[in-house]
Amino acid sequence: MTLVEALFGLLGVVALGSGLLVVTTRQLVHAALWLVVCLGAIAGCYLLLSAELVAWVQVLIYVGAVVVLLLFGLMLTRAPIGVSADLDAPPMQRVAAAVVALGLAGIVVVSSVDGFRGERIELSSDDVGGSSAAAGEAVFRSWVLPFEVLSVLLLAALVGAIVLSRREIGTEDRTGSRTALPPRDGDGR
Amino acid sequence: MPLLMPVVLAGLLFSIGVYGVLARRNAILVLMSVELMLNAVNINLVAFDVWLRDELLAGQVFTLFVITIAAAEVGLGLAIVLLVFRQRETSSLDQLTELHEPDPEADAATDAAPEPVQERAS
Amino acid sequence: MTAVYVALGAPFVAAVVGLLGGRTWPRLVVPVAVAGASVAFLAALVLAGRSVAGDLYESARLADVPTGGPPIGIDLRVDGLAALVSVAVGAVALAVQVYSIGYLKGDPRYSSYAALVSLFTAAMLLVVFADDLMVLLVGWEVMGVCSYFLIGHHWEQEGSRASAVKALVVTRLGDVGFLFGIFLLATTVGSFSIGQVLGFDRWPEHTATIATLLLLCGVVGKSAQFPLHTWLPDAMAGPTPISALIHAATMVAAGIYLVARLFDVFLLAPATLAVMAVIACITMLGGALAALGQDDIKRVLAYSTVSQLAYMLAALSVGSAVAAEFHLLTHAAFKALLFLAAGSVIHAVGTNLMPDMGGLRRLMPVTFATMTVGLLALAGVPPFAGFFSKEAVLGAAEETAVHHEGPAYAWTGWLVLVVGLVTVAVTAAYVARLWLMTFFDRTRSPVAAHESSPVMRWPLVLLAVPTVLLGLVGLRDEWLPDWAAATVLTVGGADTLSAEQEGVAQETLHIAPLTSALSVALAVVGATAVWLAWRRAPASDPTAELRQRRALEHAFFVDDLYDRAFVQPVRLATRAVGWADDEVVGEAVRDTGRGTSRLSEWVSRAQGSTVQAYLTGLLAGVLLLVAGVVTFAS
Repeated sequence: MTLVEALFGLLGVVALGSGLLVVTTRQLVHAALWLVVCLGAIAGCYLLLSAELVAWVQVLIYVGAVVVLLLFGLMLTRAPIGVSADLDAPPMQRVAAAVVALGLAGIVVVSSVDGFRGERIELSSDDVGGSSAAAGEAVFRSWVLPFEVLSVLLLAALVGAIVLSRREIGTEDRTGSRTALPPRDGDGR
Repeated sequence: MPLLMPVVLAGLLFSIGVYGVLARRNAILVLMSVELMLNAVNINLVAFDVWLRDELLAGQVFTLFVITIAAAEVGLGLAIVLLVFRQRETSSLDQLTELHEPDPEADAATDAAPEPVQERAS
Repeated sequence: MTAVYVALGAPFVAAVVGLLGGRTWPRLVVPVAVAGASVAFLAALVLAGRSVAGDLYESARLADVPTGGPPIGIDLRVDGLAALVSVAVGAVALAVQVYSIGYLKGDPRYSSYAALVSLFTAAMLLVVFADDLMVLLVGWEVMGVCSYFLIGHHWEQEGSRASAVKALVVTRLGDVGFLFGIFLLATTVGSFSIGQVLGFDRWPEHTATIATLLLLCGVVGKSAQFPLHTWLPDAMAGPTPISALIHAATMVAAGIYLVARLFDVFLLAPATLAVMAVIACITMLGGALAALGQDDIKRVLAYSTVSQLAYMLAALSVGSAVAAEFHLLTHAAFKALLFLAAGSVIHAVGTNLMPDMGGLRRLMPVTFATMTVGLLALAGVPPFAGFFSKEAVLGAAEETAVHHEGPAYAWTGWLVLVVGLVTVAVTAAYVARLWLMTFFDRTRSPVAAHESSPVMRWPLVLLAVPTVLLGLVGLRDEWLPDWAAATVLTVGGADTLSAEQEGVAQETLHIAPLTSALSVALAVVGATAVWLAWRRAPASDPTAELRQRRALEHAFFVDDLYDRAFVQPVRLATRAVGWADDEVVGEAVRDTGRGTSRLSEWVSRAQGSTVQAYLTGLLAGVLLLVAGVVTFAS
């Protein structure tokens, strides 16, 4: 058990634990914060695997942007602060979900263990494949086309988000009914 | 390190994400769980990339792409959740039942459920 | 053979014209029907004349019908027996057609009635002239169908409908055995031709017995013998002329005719003859006793018919076809006369019941005279025809019993003789009862009775003539056998019987003086007993004080037994089947619908209301698939 392995194990446990807390905690904002912990631990894992660029991008974008977005969403949808009882689905549904999740875990773990037993990742400090230089070179040489397409996708997502959340200026009422989505069926409008 | 460590980690994290998607009522919590799932996939990609010593670094580049797409997805997802919230004053997935067959008992419950938009207007 | 074709064709054409055009040209109905019957009668007379003048035998094949097995031929034959019986048929049919003009005057369905009577006449003549078992069967069944329609002539009344169905069903029951008997004969002989059947001499063991027993089933049904006799008294619900034609003179005699026609085969089966004798004796005495207890004049005559037919069957069973033929002819005459006269009485008085009649002697003299003649013939009083024919039957029995002549066992001869003599006494008793209750004492009927119209009177008078004179035929023992010879055609064409047959049929009439004297004495005894009982209370039924009156009236409850043993269980079964169809099958169908609805409700509950539930199901399915792949594909 080298140091790297030990650290990886530790960080893995942290990630798993905080992930569990994200999905089970009764406090909404705490879930978001546990998500931060989880994502940070995963970034650490990336580092241990010598994928530097990925690790920092993870921190930047996931922890820095995504979680903030999620917190904004929580705020705008008036998330209850403190313990709230109705964050989880009815018990029946939860049991079914647990069963499915456990089944999934079982299958994946068993088939992975079966398939990759004994394989080892050789990490060497002189040939760091995931360094920023190397990764940047790969992106802008071999993967430049998907990179460009990705930028277009981001643009589309941006435009879409704006369109979706737009309010008409000057003709709104308190309920914001004149939004892009049509009203619900049957209300006679 | 053994390849199994990141792979098993990814698998377990993915399952936790699945549980969260299926068992949480709040839409934003579901989005969080989806992020967990995506991260699990990323770990897998990176681990295999390092194990295979890919020259093109395909796994790590893909991970970058996934992170980007996940960010875009969260943005759009939140926009939709906000829209729904504005219309229905709720972000609870239980209330979004348009796909369900009309159920005699449940119809009474859902009709009794707050439709504040229409009621307050009239 | 021309006369045969004419005799068959004329009533058939009359029937077709009547059925098709009866409604369009109602004035044609009566002339066409009477013409059809007259032509048939005349043609029959021609044939009979030729038979009396000399040996008559002709046959013709009209068509060949190849089957997969024994071939059927549309064959017709005429010989002395057929000629004389056809005269009887033609005469009674003509009398009935004329009589019906008056009896059914104003009936809205007269055209179909007359046409059906013509069709019936044609069918009976087909049976008489048939030389092929299948042709005979066709005529047999058509008669049955016509009988059904004619009994049910007043089908608005439930009694008529029920009686018609009962007649059809009971005779059909006998016809099942009949059909199998025909098949057995045909497959044994290799052909349906009657001539070939009669001439066949290589009968396997017991085949003749089995075949004749099966044929006997049909005879018992058609001729209303025990145990299939129950339909005939109920068939009296039909109009009286029909009772005269079908149920006295012709259709019921068809069974007797069949046995006479196929007699050579019956002679090979003494066991069948013994069975016949027993059936005949039971029916003879039972019918006569039942007639004693009836209040309805037509039912008295119906039971009397049953009893007299038993006499004919008994004659056949002791080996004398000629005696049976003789009684058949005389019975046709006097029974038709009696029925038509009873019809006149009913028509005049308005009721069938004898307790409501009385004193008609002076009010209806012609009817009284002719009916008396008929009744005397029925009772067997010399010199009327019935006496001679009945003595022929009893004489034949005595021959078999005492002299052991003939193919039947001696004990059958004794049985027939004794029972026949007892029945003579009972016959005379019920005859006297009918005569006294209907015509004597004061009139009990509220309706003013008067003599019937000429068109109803003349047939009575005409039928009275053979009733009186026909007996004279029996004066010489050989006259009738010569004239009524049933010719057998063998391969060589000679008129001989096969040497393998056990005993020869009695070829001549035997009228034994001792038996005759005994029977006349018994008749007098029977009649006197009733007359004495009547004299004490002229206005009431002479048999009223008989302790067994109820049993007699219900004909020993045979009908009730059948009702309880067969009819009720079948009705119960039909109700059960109907119930099962509705409750079991129908419920199953309905339950399938209900079950499907419930199942769909249950399944729809499995569709959760949220997207998460759908997803859960989806993922679970995917997991199962993956698990399957992982387990089995590696």
